Amino acid sequence: MLKRQAYLNDQLLTFAVWFSAALVIGVFVWILSDLTFHGIAKLNWSFLVSAPENAGRDGGIGPILVSTLLILGVALLATIPLGLGTAVYLSEYTARGGALARFIGMSLDMLAGVPSIVFGLFGNAFFCIWLGLGFSILSGGLTLACMMLPIFIRSTESGLASVAIEWRHGASALGLTRAAALWHVLLPASAPAITAGLMLSIGRALAETAALIFTSGYVDRMPDSLSDSGRALSVHIYDLSMNVTGGDESAYGAALVLIVLLVVINGVAASLSDRFLRLRITTL
Amino acid sequence: MADAGWRRLGAFFFGEGWFPSSGQFSLLAMLWATLAASVGALLIAVPLGVLSAVFSRFYSPRWLVTPMRKVMVMLAGIPSVVYGLWGLTVLVPLIGRWEPPGASLFSAILILALMILPTVALTSEAALATVSTANLQGAAALGLSRKGIVFGVALPSARVGILTGALLAAMRALGETMAVLMVAGNVVQTPSSLFDPVRTLTANIALEMPYAAGDHRAALFASGFLLMLIVTLLAWLASRGGVHEHA
Repeated sequence: MLKRQAYLNDQLLTFAVWFSAALVIGVFVWILSDLTFHGIAKLNWSFLVSAPENAGRDGGIGPILVSTLLILGVALLATIPLGLGTAVYLSEYTARGGALARFIGMSLDMLAGVPSIVFGLFGNAFFCIWLGLGFSILSGGLTLACMMLPIFIRSTESGLASVAIEWRHGASALGLTRAAALWHVLLPASAPAITAGLMLSIGRALAETAALIFTSGYVDRMPDSLSDSGRALSVHIYDLSMNVTGGDESAYGAALVLIVLLVVINGVAASLSDRFLRLRITTL
Repeated sequence: MADAGWRRLGAFFFGEGWFPSSGQFSLLAMLWATLAASVGALLIAVPLGVLSAVFSRFYSPRWLVTPMRKVMVMLAGIPSVVYGLWGLTVLVPLIGRWEPPGASLFSAILILALMILPTVALTSEAALATVSTANLQGAAALGLSRKGIVFGVALPSARVGILTGALLAAMRALGETMAVLMVAGNVVQTPSSLFDPVRTLTANIALEMPYAAGDHRAALFASGFLLMLIVTLLAWLASRGGVHEHA
C-alpha cells in the first residue's frame, strides 16, 4: 500500500515536471510564432528605409532606425571611456576590498537594480532640465549610458581580474610601466570579456523604453542634429500599440526588427564570451 | 515642524486618493497594485521556473537541454515593450472574452510572470548545477527515487541560489513599466478582484510625467524614490543570500 503510494507520488511529480516544461515551451513558441507571423507580413526593404506615414500606420521606420542608432551611439560614446576607466581603476589601481572600491562596487550593484523608469525620472530632471538639453537624442543617450555603465563596468572588471597573474609578473619583469602593461597586455587579453559586456549593455539599451519616453521624446521625423528629439524603435512600438488605433501591424513589424537586432547582438555576445572562456583555460 | 512633516508623509500613503488636480497624492492604491501584480507573478513564475529547471537538469532528454537554455536566454532578452504588445493584442482580448474588460490585474500578473520566468529558470538551473555530483550519486546509491533525489537532496542544497534568483525576478517585476502599462488598464484603484483594472506606481510615472508640474511632479519623483527603496532592500537581501552561500 505504502509502496504504491510512493510510486504514485513519483509518477505525479514526473508528470508535473514534464507538464511545466511543456507549458513553458508551448507558451513561448506561441509568442514567438505570433510575433514572426504578424511581423513578417510587414517586413520588406521599403519598411526599413521609408518614413512613417499616417501616424505610423503606413510607411516605414527609416527615421526611427536612424534615431535609435544615434541614441545608441551617444550612449556608447559616454559608456566606453567612463566604463573602461572605472573598471581599470577598480581592478588595477586600487586595493581590492578597500573602502573606496567597496563603495564604488556597492553603488554599481545598486544602480544595476534600479528600475528603468527611475533612470528616466533622473534623466529628465538632470539632462533635460538641469543641463538644459531638453527632449533630445543627447539626453536619451546619456540616460541610457547611466543604465549601461553598471553592466559594462562589472564585466570589464571581471575580464581584467581573470588575466593570469603570471602575465602581470612577466610584464613587470620585462620592465613595462603600469600603463604599458595595461595597454599592451591586460586590455588585449580581456578584450573578449569587454566586448561581450558591451554587447550585453547594447542589448539592454535597445530594449529600453521607459527611460526614453520622457528623455528622448516621441518625434518621428528624421533628426537633424543630436539636440533634436528622436523616437527610438521601442518607443515607436509602444506608441503604435497604445496610442494609434490600427497601428498593430506596423508595431509587430517594428517589434520583429527589434528582436532580430537583439538576437544577432546576443549571438555575438555569447560567441565572444565562449571564446573568452576558452582563452582563459589555455592561458592558465 | 516634524509633526507637520509626518502628517504630510501620512497623507502621502493614507490620504484620500490620487487626485493630482486637487492636490491629493495618496500612493497607497498604486502601491497595492504594484505589490499584488508582482506577488501574483512570482506565485506563477517561481514554481514553473524551478520545475522547468528541474526538468532540464534531471528529466530532459539530452538533446533538449542546450536548445531550451538558448531559448530561455533569448526570451530573457526580449524587450518588455514587445511582451506588452503581445499581451495587449493577444492576451487582453482573450481574457476580455471570458471576463471583460480584459485589461486587468490578471493580465498584468500573467505578462509579468512570462517576463520573469526565464530569469527564475536560468538562475535555478545554475543553482542546481552547483550541487555536487557526489551528493547526488550518494543519494542514488542509498536507493532514493528520482523524486527523493530531486526534492530531498538537489533542491535543498540549491535553495539559496534559487531564492536569490527569485529575489532578482521580484526586483524586475516591481520595476517593470511598459508591459504592465500596456495590459493593466491603468485605473487608479485598490484591486478588489483579479479582474479589476489597476495602475502600478511605474505605470503612473510613465503616464503622468509628460504633463506633471509642481507638487504633482514631486509626487511622481517620490513614487520613483519609493520604488528604488523597495528594490534596493531586495537587492540587499539577495546579496546577503550570496554571502551566506559562500560561507
